[in-house]
Amino acid sequence: MTKETDQLIVNTQTIHELIKTGKRLDGRSLTDYREPITVQTEVSWTAEGSAMVQIGETKVIVGVKLSLEKPYADTADQGGIMINAELLPLSSPIYNPGPPGMKAIEMARVLDRGIRESHAIDLKKLCITPGEKAWFVIMDIVSVNDDGNLFDAAGLALLAALKTARFPTVKEDGSLDYKNKTEEKLPLLKQPISITVLKINGALVIDPTAEEEFSADARLTVAVDVNGTISAMQKGGDATLTLEDVDGMVGLALEKADFLRGKLE
Amino acid sequence: MAYTKRLDGRKNNELRPMEAKTGVVKNADGSASFKIGKTWAIAAVYGPRDLNPRFLQNPKKGILRCNYGMMPFSGSGDRIRPGRSRRAQEIAMVMTKSLEPVVDLSAFPNSVVDVYVDLPQTDAGTRCAAISAASMALADAGIPMKDMICSVSVGQVQETVLADLTYNEEAHEAPVSDIPIAMVHNTGELSLLQMDGEISREDLMKALALGKEACEQVYKVQVAALKEKFKK
Repeated sequence: MTKETDQLIVNTQTIHELIKTGKRLDGRSLTDYREPITVQTEVSWTAEGSAMVQIGETKVIVGVKLSLEKPYADTADQGGIMINAELLPLSSPIYNPGPPGMKAIEMARVLDRGIRESHAIDLKKLCITPGEKAWFVIMDIVSVNDDGNLFDAAGLALLAALKTARFPTVKEDGSLDYKNKTEEKLPLLKQPISITVLKINGALVIDPTAEEEFSADARLTVAVDVNGTISAMQKGGDATLTLEDVDGMVGLALEKADFLRGKLE
Repeated sequence: MAYTKRLDGRKNNELRPMEAKTGVVKNADGSASFKIGKTWAIAAVYGPRDLNPRFLQNPKKGILRCNYGMMPFSGSGDRIRPGRSRRAQEIAMVMTKSLEPVVDLSAFPNSVVDVYVDLPQTDAGTRCAAISAASMALADAGIPMKDMICSVSVGQVQETVLADLTYNEEAHEAPVSDIPIAMVHNTGELSLLQMDGEISREDLMKALALGKEACEQVYKVQVAALKEKFKK
């Protein structure tokens, strides 16, 4: 069976048969990440923090911008965060120009929860004057080449960009001098990282290529902190998961989280 | 206040350091990265492929369609809201016009060649970097082309005619002029010419002559990068 997406022709049957025997099209084991995994920080001088991550042929850039805004009324003593994802038509023949689609929205929201719900950024420290002025952290994820597993690549780039972000200078009149950064870094309390596990033809698979993503039955993304605490999860795909599946997927995610986070050193 | 010494110490005809590479987007049929100073453009070409909706199709030849986008964090000030602004749409249009004269799509009726250019960081000269990158990506994709398009900005700060202005130079005290141009390399003809600011007719011609020389330098970098792919 070949499955035709908009522009990709995916040999689902071959992928399913191979996975049954524990193999994959590119020769990896089911739970290995592609090589190389590279993290390059400070790739954009105009962003306060930035990183480009490559996993196999998947490439993604994250840029962090900081701005001073009025805090939300219900959290007057806190700054804020926002994550946005742009799946550029540049990065894959299946993406079209226009407002973010469901995939981009889902990815941004899941990664947002991973950072927000783990309290990775000390939002209270971002507040300058309660009710009046606080720092807002805006993270933009931009795909450059989508060959599958953008989720994990974006999560890794996000963490790398946050770790290297530096505040702009605040001028005397209160406006920002973005061209001159201070040495001050973001108050990061945690280091949540997202790991995505796929279920393809009954087997659990890590780091899917674009073809494998199209052949998958279900997906679970798990955001994990250094100590193994889970801060966000999202099940995707059409098929259901048994409790054994979930246990296995979370176990695999915990195992791989340290490995992926290790790429930041 | 004469502008005798450039803010970054360059000679008047000197471009910022350039870096170019092809094949940076593996999913695309052709791609290129072009950096000039702190302005960085990534271009990807998809096609020729089916063009939908069908009323846009041309039964005589394929059409070229450019897209230009600054990444949200790529501006030197506040974050840029995603989505195509009027500015981005106009730049996409002039990019298409600047590349069309050398691209021959007569063999691909009813189809489209999509060129997407996105910039992770910018410091003036973005449409020129975008065009230079796009021209390389089209060549990398094997699209029939008569020539390369090389693009650079020239201009004038006070009385001094300069090549490749930075953001700080564009923001210099008036009179300042900014003239992005694109050149068909072999004929020396212009396929992009825009200008804003203030300049005299004599200085305009001086600037364009400087631009021709500058485009030659861009061309060398483009060709070297395209050849690099076939070295191994």
